[in-house]
Amino acid sequence: MANQFDVVILGGGPAGYVGAIRSAQLGMSTALIEKEKLGGVCVNIGCIPTKALLHSAYVARLLREAKEFGVEAGSVKTDYGVAMQRSRRVSDQNSKGVEFLMKKNKITVVKGSGTLAPGRKVKVGTDVLEARKAVFVATGSRVKGLPQIGLEINKTTVISSDEALFLEQAPPSLAIIGCGAVGTEFADIFHAFGTKITLIEVLPRVLPLEDAEASEAVTKSFTKRGIEVIVGAKVTRATPGKGKVTLELEAGGGSRKIEVAAVLMAAGRALNTEGIGLQECGIQLTDRGFIRVDANLLTTAPGYFAIGDVAGAPMLAHKGFREGMHAAEFVAGQKPFPIKYDNVPSVTYCHPEVASIGATEEQCKQRRLDYVVGRFPFSANGRARGTGETEGFVKLLRDKKYGEILGAHIVGAQASELIHELVVARENELTVEEVELAIHAHPTLSEAVGEAALDSLGRVVHL
Amino acid sequence: MATNVYMEALSPTMEEGRIVKWHKHEGDPVKTGETLAEVETDKAVMELVARADGVLGQVAAQEGQTVPVGSVVAVIAAAGEAAGASPRPPATIPAPASVPTPASAPGVAPAVTASGAPRPAARAGAAQAISVPEARAAADATRVKVSPLARRIALETGLDLKLVPGSGPGGRVVKRDLERVAPVPAAAARPATAAASPGPLPLTPAPSAPLSVQPAGASYEDVPLTQIRKTIARRLATSLGPIPHFFLTTEVDMERSAEARDALNRELGDQGRVSFNDIIIKATALALVRHRACNAWFQDDHIRYWNEVHIGMAVAIEDGLITPVIRNADRRSLAEISRAAHELADRARSRRLQPDEYTGSTFSISNLGMFEIDEFTAVINPPEAGILAVGAVALRPAVHDGQLVARRRLRATMSCDHRVIDGATGAAFLRTLKQMLENPLAMLL
Repeated sequence: MANQFDVVILGGGPAGYVGAIRSAQLGMSTALIEKEKLGGVCVNIGCIPTKALLHSAYVARLLREAKEFGVEAGSVKTDYGVAMQRSRRVSDQNSKGVEFLMKKNKITVVKGSGTLAPGRKVKVGTDVLEARKAVFVATGSRVKGLPQIGLEINKTTVISSDEALFLEQAPPSLAIIGCGAVGTEFADIFHAFGTKITLIEVLPRVLPLEDAEASEAVTKSFTKRGIEVIVGAKVTRATPGKGKVTLELEAGGGSRKIEVAAVLMAAGRALNTEGIGLQECGIQLTDRGFIRVDANLLTTAPGYFAIGDVAGAPMLAHKGFREGMHAAEFVAGQKPFPIKYDNVPSVTYCHPEVASIGATEEQCKQRRLDYVVGRFPFSANGRARGTGETEGFVKLLRDKKYGEILGAHIVGAQASELIHELVVARENELTVEEVELAIHAHPTLSEAVGEAALDSLGRVVHL
Repeated sequence: MATNVYMEALSPTMEEGRIVKWHKHEGDPVKTGETLAEVETDKAVMELVARADGVLGQVAAQEGQTVPVGSVVAVIAAAGEAAGASPRPPATIPAPASVPTPASAPGVAPAVTASGAPRPAARAGAAQAISVPEARAAADATRVKVSPLARRIALETGLDLKLVPGSGPGGRVVKRDLERVAPVPAAAARPATAAASPGPLPLTPAPSAPLSVQPAGASYEDVPLTQIRKTIARRLATSLGPIPHFFLTTEVDMERSAEARDALNRELGDQGRVSFNDIIIKATALALVRHRACNAWFQDDHIRYWNEVHIGMAVAIEDGLITPVIRNADRRSLAEISRAAHELADRARSRRLQPDEYTGSTFSISNLGMFEIDEFTAVINPPEAGILAVGAVALRPAVHDGQLVARRRLRATMSCDHRVIDGATGAAFLRTLKQMLENPLAMLL
């Protein structure tokens, strides 16, 4: 029967398409169902286009400072529409790349909305796809508003990243609600394009999941640049008007009112678990609304696996990649190594970038770990001085007795790239001593990692 | 075309083997099926046979050396081929099914040294292992794959890494493996030992097991585990730890069994001799037939109740113990059981048991009567659900027909896996066994 496959995957985002590739590599016939473009949020309205826009922001900032480097760039003009168009091309290229990968691996791509049915079936319109081995649920997540305080996404004055990525021009002023990765990245982007930014966070600091020192460094950099950061703030009421929104806030024991041209909602995401037939198949959810899975991502219904955002936090593309591979290998009868959820790097691409792995210092304290901190600031790093990017630091938390790297936090230029040395180290259980023993080329930003390891051993050299 | 000679998995649990003796040497012609070497596995000394015709060359493992299953130990060069031809990559050879991905490239095995020095050749092996991530390459006796963190924890806590099964890539021991064996204590509040660089573990070559206290020299002697001792350690650690044991003891009057034994032996004449142990095996087997609940395997997600009775009989051997199996003991005559027990024990002591002779038992018996042990508890041999520990038959005061008299008595203690056997279940079985031993004629019922 033509509609029978070994593996049927619902959702063509990072978890789904990688699960499809790995399944195909293992010799299983695979179908991938996607209602929009392949690559999901990540490729089309998430990771990829924002990185393109962040680079535009970086170029704008660099040109404004060019004179200091002996380069006259004249007066710098920015055009968000052009930057947006470029980011769309980048996204399209990536989505086409995923299409190519599907063809290359002989994966059947089915366009449409799928609904799960018992017996390892997925209905797409009038078609029924049947999985001989397994169905992977990879439906992902979407942006959400806060309708209870008047902040329902109306796509004009109250927008989400979905709309922000398609604006023809940067708004004159923007309040961003939520200071996680999405909020801080858009603050960075729009500020470079001339928007007056107010960042609002309900928790006491920006990037609340990162180490407190990282939050502090980002706040300092943003404030210095003229981005207003209001933390510990509660939006009590929002009144969208014509071309403007009035926000009433409670922060620092007082209340205030601000008026902005638009509000960008960047506070959390909603899971795409409704109306896809989970209940009918006996697939249960957790208290937090994720699909309940075991260590091999099997749901409460035999033959149905969940991968990516719907399978639980952290809701990150690279976590989804790994889960897609893991589920495919497990279904193929292999014994994949367990996923180490405490070793998923977290990266925010605002400037300065913030990247981390493992525990924050606060978590070390909560867990009563006996730890030692090693730090090295980029202001003492030759390469960083050369590029004029001396903001930030490398911070290592190591176990006092065994030298285990409990956590690592990097703020600064290229932090997103630098973190991987420590991801590899942690994955392979290298201690700070092996990291330090590895010779780091000079002059590089990576030297700061080696120096932070040395510092944790009380032997820092270049400080 | 040259054929690699691999260290083969000669028993189901074998992960490495020690070359005891090479029967063929470099340059000797060999034929398919001929014995190349004797290999000590975790259970017995087995023969490694030639899988091709040709000339033996490039012997890469010396006598006495331990190498992981899947390593190339020699090469058989085809007739006419230069004896020194370089061994082909393993891919060209249909490796035996039981052999995992060769974890070592040719030339790696000889580099296994007691010093544990880093071996650049290992890189080639590592690269091959990556292609099959689930393959758990076995560690050899002198080298342990371990993460720097796990090594450091083991050094500080005194854990023996050789006893820890590794769950990381290529069988590497990682932190969580140590946590499974023993909880890693939280770091103590003391200054960091920055200078303590995690160097290779000090390792000593394997001397023979100490049989008596050495009068002079060091205050202790470190003896690397033999293959069998390692298996015992691993198997038993999976028993008393995770299995909820409980124990039931009963005292059995053996007078009538003794009478039966003597009568049977008179009947047999010089055709054999029945022992108390044989009678206990037979009685246990028959009692198990009536109490199938005790003749079972615990299998993680299910319990397998056996309809056949295969009795494992613990036999002490020079450097450990092994449980050869008397199959269908319930259906065999006492004379047959006696002969089988005798022969299996002999071959166990000379380490010539075949794998199918020491696997598949459904219940085990351990008898320390010959050591004049009154009673003891035995450790369950997983996945079995019970084991009977039998003490010495000894004259003990007993009340018989209202009189205090000396009777030959025996104490038997059953260890039960509470996941399978409940107290009353085990007790009922033990009562049947006691009745059979106290009245051997009941076995005929």
